[in-house]
Amino acid sequence: MMTVGKRELICIGCPMGCPVMVEMDGGEIVSVSGNTCPRGDAYARKEVTNPTRIVTSTVKAEGGLVEMISVKTKEDIPKDKIFDCVRALKGITVKAPVHIGDVILADVAGTGVDVVATRNA
Amino acid sequence: MKTYDIIIIGGGPAGLSAAVCAKKSGTDSILILERDKELGGILNQCIHNGFGLHTFKEELTGPEYAERFIEQVKELRIEYKLHTMVMDISSDKVVTAMNSTDGLFELKAGAIILAMGCRERSRGALNIPGYRPAGIFSAGTAQRLVNMEGCLPGRKVVILGSGDIGLIMARRMTLEGAQVQVVAELMPYSGGLKRNIVQCLDDYGIPLKLSHTVVDIRGKERVEGITLAQVDEKGRPIPGTEEAYECDTLLLSVGLIPENELSSGMGVELSRVTSGPVVNESLETNIEGVFACGNVLHVHDLVDFVSEEAAAAGRNAARYVQTAGMRQAAGCTVEIRAVDGVRYTVPSRINVERMEDIQTLRFRVGGVYKNCFVSVYLDEERILHRKRPVMAPGEMEEVKLKREELLQYPDLQTITVKLEEV
Repeated sequence: MMTVGKRELICIGCPMGCPVMVEMDGGEIVSVSGNTCPRGDAYARKEVTNPTRIVTSTVKAEGGLVEMISVKTKEDIPKDKIFDCVRALKGITVKAPVHIGDVILADVAGTGVDVVATRNA
Repeated sequence: MKTYDIIIIGGGPAGLSAAVCAKKSGTDSILILERDKELGGILNQCIHNGFGLHTFKEELTGPEYAERFIEQVKELRIEYKLHTMVMDISSDKVVTAMNSTDGLFELKAGAIILAMGCRERSRGALNIPGYRPAGIFSAGTAQRLVNMEGCLPGRKVVILGSGDIGLIMARRMTLEGAQVQVVAELMPYSGGLKRNIVQCLDDYGIPLKLSHTVVDIRGKERVEGITLAQVDEKGRPIPGTEEAYECDTLLLSVGLIPENELSSGMGVELSRVTSGPVVNESLETNIEGVFACGNVLHVHDLVDFVSEEAAAAGRNAARYVQTAGMRQAAGCTVEIRAVDGVRYTVPSRINVERMEDIQTLRFRVGGVYKNCFVSVYLDEERILHRKRPVMAPGEMEEVKLKREELLQYPDLQTITVKLEEV
């Protein structure tokens, strides 16, 4: 993504929001500083090379007490696949009973990551 | 009249954690009263991730976090009533509640845990001129509509206030196909967590305009547009800085207020700063045997801390009912002064004899402070002096007091928590 220079980031690994500095040279990460835990280091390295996010959304539910089932990508997916992921979930209706962790959509948007339910219904 | 040892008002994150901990502390007769159709409270509509890093060492969504506690409530066979609205609590702990199967009924409690949470500030609190068209929602209402009822409240959106729910909804509505044009914040700093600015606004190119507010809302039946203006350091709009936006929806994320009508009705003393009860080290209010925890006590940023605080309330309530009538009057209560940038502390008084080995004091600061020190004084002596790179009103701070250390000051009069530049 970037080849030379410094990049200042805010770690999103937890609510502390540590300011993290990444130094790069020729596509190589020279150093990561400012993080207060290993999550911050991992986040910074990923953010400057292949930024990813967990995506959360909802799908329609039928036959239960609730209208909607909340869902998430089981792991983080590339940032540029977020909208593809949300589009792929449009039009899906699941039938109750549904349990936390049930796969709602496998391999969403070709990411190899499953979308799973995050509530029971 | 039916009697319970502990009645918990509210089945959200605070009520659930308090119930679990009270039961594990040896009190069996517990009842949770919840007005919604399910337990879990506001977590059920918070479908985003980021919950539970402290409590479970993993990142969960709101409903998943709630389910961890609901499972425990069920395993421990703690009684609860849904669809049940508490109407009144008397100072001698008689709870009047109603639902559509039992009608109006009264219950007597040995101890009460207040866990009603908070509600959002509404447009009425803001003094924005203009008509009252449809299309103005609090961010939390929009969150419920989108995430639980499957309705999108609008397509072209402006958000006033940069509280966490507003930031989360900026992302959520964008993902659902709405165009979120701008988030305006009256203060010169954001009211939300930094991580939410990054992953909810920056990720989607949504601008955040600090020191800006809404000065006009156009449209009579439905919102047609709003006008933003920059404000000066006193929060007054600066003439000539107005910018018009076309939109059909205005979301408000302008603060949360602890919901304490029941508390004040029973005579619980409230803090003017937090709008929540004034509590001691046991999270007990001025009424003996009435405890408070979670957002009804003071608004939190993190549910993990709500669970931790509520567990303490549950533990203390259990101890209260188990030792009823023989409470130790030993030791006197020391007031905690919050001054010089520290707006309040919870708790605000401590009985050193009764406190746990380590007591967490949670507080918020009144502005943005860089490279300042948080200091704790026992009377004149400074016992804690900790540098913090950045502190802001949107992020709750804490200090921990050790009982062992406080016991060395038998004549202690006041504890002071303040910010110092050096």
